[in-house]
Order: sequence, then structure tokens, then C-alpha cells
Amino acid sequence: MQDAAKLLEQGREEIAACEDLAGLDEVRVRYLGKKGLLTGLLKSLGGLSAEERPVAGQVINEAKQALQEALNARKEYLAARREAAAIEAERVDVTLPGRGEAVGGLHPVTRTMRRMETIFRQAGFEVHTGPEVEDEFHNFEALNIPEHHPARAMHDTFYFGDGRLLRTHTSPVQIRSMRRQGAPLRLIAPGRVYRCDSDQTHSPMFHQVEGLVVDRGVSFAHLKAVLHEFLERFFERKVRLRFRPSYFPFTEPSAEVDVAWGDGWLEVLGCGMVHPRVLEFGGIDPEEFTGYAFGMGVERLAMLRYGVRDLRLFFDHDLRFLRQFNQGAVR
Amino acid sequence: MKFSERWLREWVDPPVDTDGLVHQLTMAGLEVDSVTPAAPAFASVVIGAVTAVEPHPDADKLKVCQVDIGGADRLNIVCGAPNVYAGMKAPVALVGGELPGDMKIRRAKLRGVESQGMLCSVRELGLGESHEGLWDLPADAPVGTDLRAWLALDDAVIDVDLTPNRGDCFSMLGIAREVALMNGMALAGPELGAVRPTGEHAFPVEVRAPDACPRFVGRVIRGIRPDAATPLWMTEKLRRAGLRPIHPVVDVTNLVMLELGQPMHGFDLATLRDGIIVRHAAPGERIVLLDGREVALDDDMLVIADHGGPRAVAGIMGGEDSGVREGTRDVFFEVAFFAPLAIAGRARRLGLHTDASQRFERGVDPAHQRRAIERATALLLEIAGGEPGPVIERASEAHLPTRKPVRLRRDRLALLLGHAVPDDEVLRVLEGLRMRPEATADGWLATPPSHRFDIALEVDLIEEVARIYGYDRLPEMAGAGAAVLGEASEGRVPASRLADVLVARGYQEVVTYSFVDPALQARLFPGTEALPLANPISSELGVMRVSLWPGLVHALKRNLSRRQEHIKIFEQGLRFVLQGNELEQLNVIGGLVAGRRFPEQWGVPGVRVDFHDAKGDVEALLGLTGAEFTFEAAEHPALHPGQAARICRDGRAVGWVGALHPRLVRELDLELAPLLWEVDQGLSLAAELPVFSGLSRFPAIRRDLAVLVDRSVSAEALWTAVKAAGGALLTESRVFDVYQGERIDSSLKSVAFGLILQDSSRTLTDDEADAVVASVMARLESEFGARIRD
Repeated sequence: MQDAAKLLEQGREEIAACEDLAGLDEVRVRYLGKKGLLTGLLKSLGGLSAEERPVAGQVINEAKQALQEALNARKEYLAARREAAAIEAERVDVTLPGRGEAVGGLHPVTRTMRRMETIFRQAGFEVHTGPEVEDEFHNFEALNIPEHHPARAMHDTFYFGDGRLLRTHTSPVQIRSMRRQGAPLRLIAPGRVYRCDSDQTHSPMFHQVEGLVVDRGVSFAHLKAVLHEFLERFFERKVRLRFRPSYFPFTEPSAEVDVAWGDGWLEVLGCGMVHPRVLEFGGIDPEEFTGYAFGMGVERLAMLRYGVRDLRLFFDHDLRFLRQFNQGAVR
Repeated sequence: MKFSERWLREWVDPPVDTDGLVHQLTMAGLEVDSVTPAAPAFASVVIGAVTAVEPHPDADKLKVCQVDIGGADRLNIVCGAPNVYAGMKAPVALVGGELPGDMKIRRAKLRGVESQGMLCSVRELGLGESHEGLWDLPADAPVGTDLRAWLALDDAVIDVDLTPNRGDCFSMLGIAREVALMNGMALAGPELGAVRPTGEHAFPVEVRAPDACPRFVGRVIRGIRPDAATPLWMTEKLRRAGLRPIHPVVDVTNLVMLELGQPMHGFDLATLRDGIIVRHAAPGERIVLLDGREVALDDDMLVIADHGGPRAVAGIMGGEDSGVREGTRDVFFEVAFFAPLAIAGRARRLGLHTDASQRFERGVDPAHQRRAIERATALLLEIAGGEPGPVIERASEAHLPTRKPVRLRRDRLALLLGHAVPDDEVLRVLEGLRMRPEATADGWLATPPSHRFDIALEVDLIEEVARIYGYDRLPEMAGAGAAVLGEASEGRVPASRLADVLVARGYQEVVTYSFVDPALQARLFPGTEALPLANPISSELGVMRVSLWPGLVHALKRNLSRRQEHIKIFEQGLRFVLQGNELEQLNVIGGLVAGRRFPEQWGVPGVRVDFHDAKGDVEALLGLTGAEFTFEAAEHPALHPGQAARICRDGRAVGWVGALHPRLVRELDLELAPLLWEVDQGLSLAAELPVFSGLSRFPAIRRDLAVLVDRSVSAEALWTAVKAAGGALLTESRVFDVYQGERIDSSLKSVAFGLILQDSSRTLTDDEADAVVASVMARLESEFGARIRD
């Protein structure tokens, strides 16, 4: 049985020399195939005695098994080596930027308006909208600003020369909603407004969010609370407020609200109790219902929130400016 | 309104400093715009008397003066002012002193002569713009006294921005009333007795428009001294209120206006013909105003006329030829109450905004005219002498405003404020406001004083109580009304969702003006009528947009000039469409893409966006509805004729997508040709509710089919035929390749479909699949002459 051991030895050497799977298969066929060398030895057992045959057969079979194990091990080794090489070849530079389009962003005014809507919606306010080309009735008269009222001069209105005008505030939405739905009402009206004024601190177009609550028993104390809470949620911190007497034809009592800012006060919005004549124009009995209303400039709040110092940047379409507001979640 | 703090303190002097006073005014609803010093900083400036003036030995234009400042020695001061004279009193800045603008005064030699200080002009002290050389102080100015102390220049000028309802605060009297009330103090104020007439000179006055001029008060003063000068105390008060001294008569009327809020006018009596007539202007009547402008008057403008024509526009401005001037000896004072509505808006129409008009428009105290004319008479007599005639008054009681009692219910007050203000506080406020309150069963009855034009309703009183009681003392109270649950409608795609999808696809939102350049808009939409503004901010922002595209193209231009190469922008808003006389305000969303398909980066070829990029974005938006939309080739004046599609839903046009017309790209000088799209948010956003349909458990078979057809055949047409012929087994079909080029005939294109076949109840056989493909092919062949591409 010298031959079997010798063949095993010889086969193992050949396996170890194999560098690829095809060569390995050739070795397998040469030794273990139907006409293979070790298989051939088994066939030669016929010349042995009945006593010798099982012993010799076992030796040969053990050699075959050992060779098969060597083949398997080498095969596993070669496969692993090939995979490792492939992996090495597929190594990438993870510091290169990822591919494709970057996410864009909402305009800072929209972003601000959405936050305002979110805060008020959670308190049960509905969002109402209205036309931007308005008429004198909804923009002025029904808001208690008759034709020669000095307050009209404060408004710098864009006219079309036919009684139509660009709304100077989103307050006309109040009137439309009151006339359509009646009391009780709890709404905000965000949108574009227009004033015929353009310089460093005035844009001929800007945005307002107007609020209106009409119900039984609504008071100035409710107004103070809702605005205080809104401003704290908007700025996400405690804020100190000052309600300062002011004048708007459509509210009475009226107030301007200042927020403590640095060493002084910054005016952030106007508000008041809905004037009884405005309720009447809205078809609501002012003896039965009372209401409060407020109006805030979206650009002003956005400027305070994000530290923007030049109003005109909002309407200059500069992508470098707009992209500064792409981070962070808005809902 | 600007006023001097010291002047206010002559009327009422509360124990608070300037900041405290400003806070009180602010919390009373009188918004303080600014607080500025009455004089700029300067120091060591005293009153000097020039005792001698000699020519400078070495300079023609300089003089050497001896100046007495109260000590034993005279100062030697070199001076270049032409108006210096011996005996003059003038401010002297002493050596070591300082003038505005950080100017230090040093001992200096001017052309060899020592100068021990500086004689000053009004301008050098920052107290005016006068160029007339040295400040010629009055003869009685006390030599050696510090000028700041003598003129009380350590004073603040407070500028209050009055709201339109508070005409009553347009005066020292009005402001002082408020401050007195806030501090619980009494008002002082100047002595305002009647002046006894010393002559009998009258002048005829006829009021033809008593509704517009319910009270007219006049007085003749004869023989004033033509050389009289307005005293310094008065010019200083005027200056701190922002008024220049003009003429003693004008200065007096201005001072009375500032004191009492009652505008008045002084005519040169010699220029008036026969008598005063207060009437409306005849249409087209003209007058040259004090500012030198000639204006045409409307017939709703009130004039103070004489028998020769209008001499002043009532309540707005006097006429040039009837005003007082140097040499005026006889004066006619006019003080009137004009009804606010007779004045409102007229000044603006004349391009004016005067101290008088803003007071009359808001309402002056109708009971104040006599008081004003007596005060003005007294002041003028003091300054310029003269003989006052009797006061002439024409009043129409029927047209004078009356103040009706206003009811204030205790319950209503508590309800509206959310706080029960104690009765004694309410009374204190009403009495302090001179409302003469009377108690009633459920509250009070208050009658506003003549100077308040803004108190007619209960809520007006509630505001007054709240204001004086203090807004900061009113509570905060959470929650009014029942809790309401919100909506979660699935019937429409919310506009915010569209924005979010675009943002996720790399779009940046822009906000452009709703009014656009008519020229640009007309290029994009020739023949479409746009609504023009009557008073645009500029001609480039002259018409309402009929589409978002003009604004987006403008935004593109702005960014191209900033060298941006990858531009994807969108906007949501209204467009304004005229249908005859009817205006539609349509809510749309629109976008523009230009330049690179992706931001510049490694590993992605730098190709430019094309039609199908834009269409893909639009499809992503419309896909949110679950509804079917079609894109059909169509012509649009702004778009490339071969790259434009009208978007329809159920046969109704809802928008457009396409490439900007190459001619417009050239004419607008755009470096990058943009793709544009716009979709109506009102028409297109109705959404279908998702409905579950079963999933097949059996495997799907895919067959690919590439056909050659004429180039003009649209993918849409092929697709429709494929679906029709594929029948129920064809669950999905997609176009995975389109080829036109050298490898096939130039009139043809190759379109490759991937057909997904599946049955819901069994596994399909190859034969069944082949049969479907054959029937699809047969249909394409018969309908389009299609051939299988080998």
C-alpha cells in the first residue's frame, strides 16, 4: 500500500500548488475521477487475497477521503482569497460626497408662516384665505374705515382706478368669514398684503397673519393670554410683553404689542377687541358676541427669529440667501 | 408732534425723569418716536458784549474785537463775521471750551494777532441753519452768563407719533392733560384772560358755508411795530417744536397752535378787499399759496376769500399775496373751527400736509377759538404793540358738534376687559377725562368734553378706562370657547404637500411680487390683458401677473447674474386673469428649472435639464392626486413649439409645461434656456381616495417588445394601443427605451415596451404570454404600421 500513501502525498503537493479553482478541479479528476489514480488503485484490489482486500481497501479509501478534505480546504481558501481580492478592489473613498440632488427649501416667509399656522391650528384656529384684489367695502368700509377717515391715509393703497384695490391687510378675510359663517369663529388668515411704499424698511408686498376669535364672553384678557402664549411658542423661550394702547379703526380697545428685546422693546404686532361696528358689518350681533383680532407681519417675525437685517432680501430671489433656510424641520 | 420737555413741565411737572415721562406717554397710547437733546453738546459758551471792533492789521476780512464777558479784563478775539459791531451781544466760546463736532477752542494766533476765544453763529452752536454771521443776541442778554443755562438748553425734544383718533393731543395743552391725568395732578398753563379792545376797528365777515365752518372768529389789530422781533424764549419753543421763526405775527400764531392745538392765520389787513367771505371754492378757481405754488381748487375745498377772490385755503394754507410781510402794520387774525370732513383729504389732493390740516382733519376743539384769539392778541401786543379791535364771531350753533352722553355698563366693561375695574377707578378715569360722569343703575353716563372727537360709543369709554387704568394691570386668561377638533381631509392634496415634494426634489421656493413688468409679461403672454395698477411703485411693477412665469424668469435672471448654474425654483400664489370685466384670482403653483440637471459633482455627467426633467417634477406633483392627467403637444406663445405640452385633467386644461421659446431666450439675453411649468391648484388638486385591490399570488411574466414606427407617432398613442390590445392579462407596461439615430432609418424611431403579464387566479403559460404579445404587435402593426425591431 505504499502506492496509496505515495499518491496521497503527491496529490497534496499538487493541491497546495493550485492557484485557482479550475486547476483544483483538474487535480480532483486526476486522483479521484472515474479514471483517477486513487480510483485506479481500488480497481487493482482484485488481485489480492480475501484477507488482504478489506485492509488494503480501507487504506485507499482513507487516502481518497484525506485528499478530498485537502481539496475542500484549498477550495475554501481560494474562494476566500478571491473574495478578499474583490473586496479590496471595490474599496471606495467614503469621504467623497454622496451623489444626486440636494434637498431644496421653503422660503423663510413660508417657513415662518407655517410655524405660525401650526401653533394656531393646535389651538383650534382654522386657516382662511381670501382674494388679494379686494374692494373698498371689504378692505376699508366694513372695517370701520369710511372714505374720509384719516386711517385711510395711513394705508398707502394700490388702486386699480375702478373701485378695486390690492388689500392692504388680511383683515378683509375677517369680514368675508363672518358674513359666510357667522359666530362663533376662530380663524387665522395668512397671506400677501400690499402697500404703496418701497424703501429699505418697506416692501410694496409683504405678508400678514391675521387672527380673529368671535364667541360669547371673549375678552381682552383672553387676547393677552393667547398672544403671550403664541409669542413664547414662536420664539421658543419665555418672553416679556408690553401691551401698549394704540388705535386701529377695526378694534377697540386696541393695542400694540412690544416684546422685550435686548435693552428695549420691539413692536411685533397690533391687536384689539373687534369693534362693534365691524361685527355688525359681519352680520354678528355685538351685544351677544364679542371678539378679539390681531395682525402680525410675517417678515418682521422672520427677521427677528433668524436675525435677517434687510427686509429686501426676502424678495430678491438670491439662492445663496434662500438656501440658508433649508436646514431644520418645519411642520 | 414734537415738543420741548421743559415746556411741558411749565404746564404739568410730574415727579419723574425723562425716561419715566416717555414711559407714561407710551402707556397712555401716545407713542414716543424719539427723544433728542434740544441742543447739541457744547460747553463754556457765555454771553459776551463786543466793546470795540478794529480792523485786523494784516488781513482785510478779519476784525479784532474787544469782548466783555463780565470780568475785569476784555478778551481779544479775532473774528471774520461781517455783521460784528461794537455794542453787539453774541455768544463767546471761551478758551478750553468745546463746540458741536468735537471742536476744541484754543488760544491761537490769527495772522499774528492773538485770539482768546471765538464769537459764535447760530449754526456753529448747532441751533439753526442761519448764515447771517454772528448770533446777534438781544440787548438785554446778561453778559457773562452761560448760554446753555440762559436759554435752558439742557432740555429734551420729545416726538410723539399721534394716532388719528387723538387730535386732542396735537398741542401742549392736550399732552399736558394726559400727563396730568396719569399723575393725578392739576394743569398749570399760561394765563389766558381776555384782552380788552382799545379800538373799534372791525372787518366784515360773512360765512356762506356754516356747515363746513360752524365758528369763525376774527380780530383786527392796527399799528403793530414793523421792526418788532420775536423774543428768544418764543423762537426757542418754536425751534424745539421743529418750526422756524418767520415773522412775529406768524410766530405768534404758530405758538398758539402749539399751545392750544388751534391753527390760526394772520392776514395783512391792507391786502384784504372789503371783507372776509368763507365759502367753497368755485371750480377751477386758483390761488398762489404761501409756499409759492399756484394750485387749482376743487369745489369741495373751503376758502377764506375776500371780494377779490380766495386768500387762503381754509384749514390748510394761506395765500402768498395776503400774508404778513416786512412792513405789515395792520393784521387780521382768523381763528375758525372747520368741520373735519370739510378739510379731510383736501391737503393731500393739493400735495400738502400742513400743521394746520393735520389738526383740522382730526378735529380741533370747537370751543377754543376765542381762547386762541385772546392768547394770540396778548402775545402780539407784548411783542409788537398795536391796538386790538373787538373780537368778531360768526357761529352757527346748529352746525357745531355736540357731545352726547354715552352709556357705560359695569357688566359690559368687565366682560370686554375680562376684569372688573373697581368703580372708584372708573370714576377717577371718567372725571379725569372731564367726562362729567353720572351714576346709573347699571353703570355710568358720561359726556365727553368738546376736545374729544373719538367718544361716541360705549366701547370708546371702555377703551379710555382700560388705557388710563393701565393695560399692564389687565389679566391674562387662557381659553375661550369650546375645544374644536381639526380636519384631516383627503379630498384634496394640501398646497403645503406640493411644496414639500418639490423641496424634496431639490426646488427652492421663491416669493416674487404679484405685480410685474408689463413689457416682460407682454413678451411671454402677447395679447393677454393684464390688470394695470393706477398708482404703481414703478413702471416695472405696473401690472398684475397673469402667470407666475414673469416673476420666475425675473428670478432666473437675478441668479444667472450671480453665476448660479443649477436653478430649480418654484412659487405658489395667485395669478390675475381678466375675462372681460371679470377678474379671476387663480391659485397656481409654478416652477422653473435651468442649467445642470444636478448640482456640479463628481461621478455625474454635467448634462443640462430638459423637457422631461420638468415634466417629471410636474408628474410627481399631479401623481399625489391619484388621478389621470394627459400631456398633449400644443402651442403656447412663451414656449418652444416642439417642447410644449398642455396638461389636462378630464379633458380640462389645468396647466402647461415646456421650454422657454428660443426667441425669448435670445431676446431676454438668458445664458441658460429654462423649462417652465405652471399648474392650477384649484382645478388639479382634488384627490382620489386610495381603494385597496387584491394582490395576485401567481408569478408575473415579462415580455419585451421593440417596435419601429414613424417618428411622428406619440408614445401616448402607442401606449393606448398597447393597453387596449393587451387586455386584462397585461397588468403593467412601461417604455424602457426610445431610439432615433444612425442605426435605423431616419424617418423612424424605435420604442421598446416592457410588458408585465399576470393572472390573479393561476400561473400563465408561455403560450398564453406569447399570444398577448402577438395581439399587441398585430394592433401596433395595423394602427401604426409598426414593425418588430430586429
